[in-house]
Amino acid sequence: MTTRLRIGFIPLCDAVALLVAADKGFCAAEGLDVELVREVSWSNVRDKLNIGLFDAAHLLAPVAIASSLGLGHVKVPIVAPFTLATNGNAVTVSPWLYNALLAEAPDGLDDPMRSAQALARLVASRKTRGETPLTFGMTFPYSAHNYLLRFWMAAAGVNPDEDVHLVVLPPPYMVDSLANKHVDGFCVGAPWNSVAVDLDIGRILHAGADIVASMSEKVLAVRQVWADENGETLARLLRALARAGEFVEAAGNRDEVCALLAAPNRVGVGPEVIRRTLDGRLTYARGGDVHASDNYFRIAREGAARPNPSHAAWLYAQMVRWGQAPLSPELTTGAKAVFRPDIYDRVFGEWRTEPATSDGVGAFAGPAFRDDDVAAHLRTWATPAPR
Amino acid sequence: MDQSASLKIAIVDENPIRAAILQDGLREAGFTQVVRIDETTNLLARIHTADPDVILIDLENPNRDVLEQMFQVSRIVKRPIAMFVDSSDAASIQASVDAGVSAYIVDGLKKERIKYILDLTISRFNAFSKLQTELDRAKTALEDRKIIDRAKGILMKAKNLSEEQAYALMRKTAMNENKKIAEIAQSIVTAADLLK
Repeated sequence: MTTRLRIGFIPLCDAVALLVAADKGFCAAEGLDVELVREVSWSNVRDKLNIGLFDAAHLLAPVAIASSLGLGHVKVPIVAPFTLATNGNAVTVSPWLYNALLAEAPDGLDDPMRSAQALARLVASRKTRGETPLTFGMTFPYSAHNYLLRFWMAAAGVNPDEDVHLVVLPPPYMVDSLANKHVDGFCVGAPWNSVAVDLDIGRILHAGADIVASMSEKVLAVRQVWADENGETLARLLRALARAGEFVEAAGNRDEVCALLAAPNRVGVGPEVIRRTLDGRLTYARGGDVHASDNYFRIAREGAARPNPSHAAWLYAQMVRWGQAPLSPELTTGAKAVFRPDIYDRVFGEWRTEPATSDGVGAFAGPAFRDDDVAAHLRTWATPAPR
Repeated sequence: MDQSASLKIAIVDENPIRAAILQDGLREAGFTQVVRIDETTNLLARIHTADPDVILIDLENPNRDVLEQMFQVSRIVKRPIAMFVDSSDAASIQASVDAGVSAYIVDGLKKERIKYILDLTISRFNAFSKLQTELDRAKTALEDRKIIDRAKGILMKAKNLSEEQAYALMRKTAMNENKKIAEIAQSIVTAADLLK
């Protein structure tokens, strides 16, 4: 018997497992007739999932947590039984900002701490001269993009709420906004960093994985009640996604996957730009060297698809740090409970994999993150770093 | 009435016709302070300047995510903003999403007053989409008429028929082949173009 499902997505490379699962017949093989609905905003995806217009959605991991905790919006318990993508973001800055940072960094900008310190010096000198604060774009208040930018600059003492402007921009508008000088830099997912590089209006400063080595980026999100009532359907969907993930990771399928994603009703950019993301071979500046990294973007490798509650705890810690949520043991537990490795394990059997870093998060600064002590993480960062 | 007049409403919609329809509807209902924001670059700055009590935005607009930031940082807007969500009223959320519109309000405004505005907005959005459908249908009908007239002319000339005979022939063929007259007409026009 075929089960019909409506699933919402935002046109980004990190929807690849979902898009391939539907378009390559992995869903059909599981008896699922999936209608993919391309959306224009995360707010729409969230609302349509919440009221049941979507059965499932490609969703920012922090939005699933915020929705479950009732932060900034109506409280709807969401569960994330499958991680669609780990990492995949980058920080891109305009050429002038890159040069201004370089002028403040005699040892170069490769190390995120050095670049953050350069930013701190630049921000201070601009303030002295009475110049307007720098503006950075990110995709949503509850997004890894927001938290990565904040974590990076705050590590060198830049206050993201006082010293710079952080503005939300829809991903497809990022590049234009950089070209029009509405923003000086941004943090966004693929393919938009590479698109900016190709147009020579932006330089990638850091891959997101250079700031935080491993972070859940997008999850398959379903309502808790839906998961409870449709266990078998959910299992079939997870199997289809896992097959799609393996298909995407096999290098021999890359051309086909990139062509599929390039379709106008999917991500809708050239296959070559998409390929750089999937291959983990980014060009940071037009005509520049290739930065190859196995860790830039992961779909199914190294158990990336298995939900990691430590990531949920880290994301919740950032919400507390930046005033989006109060700190409480209940909310910490609630945040971690959104990520459901138990559902994943029920479908795929026990799956143990060594985390890539000792704490499973691997931020570039500060002590290792402990998901049983969010308060310690907050104490570390309570005092601004010296300028 | 005076209460309505004091409420400032911003409409963020890149479709100027729909925005105008909504603005008219609100004005008729006594809401005289309606601002239309159709240029969405620097949207927050524009909203900061307009300082509305209620913001209505169409769901096709990617800038909806920009508005979500208003809940976070109150200094970018003059007053705190909340989304219009009445948890007790799932039907009204459903209706607004179906109609393709979302409402953001200044915190503390009475829900009943906003409910009225939202209902009015939903009905105008639905009216617009009905209008759009009718317009599309009328356009199709007009194009059908044009193509049938051309096919009629071709048949009259080629087979030396009167206008009525040509039309009757097409209608009979359409009935036999279980197709629309416009489709038969299109085949005749295409064939005639090929044989030119």
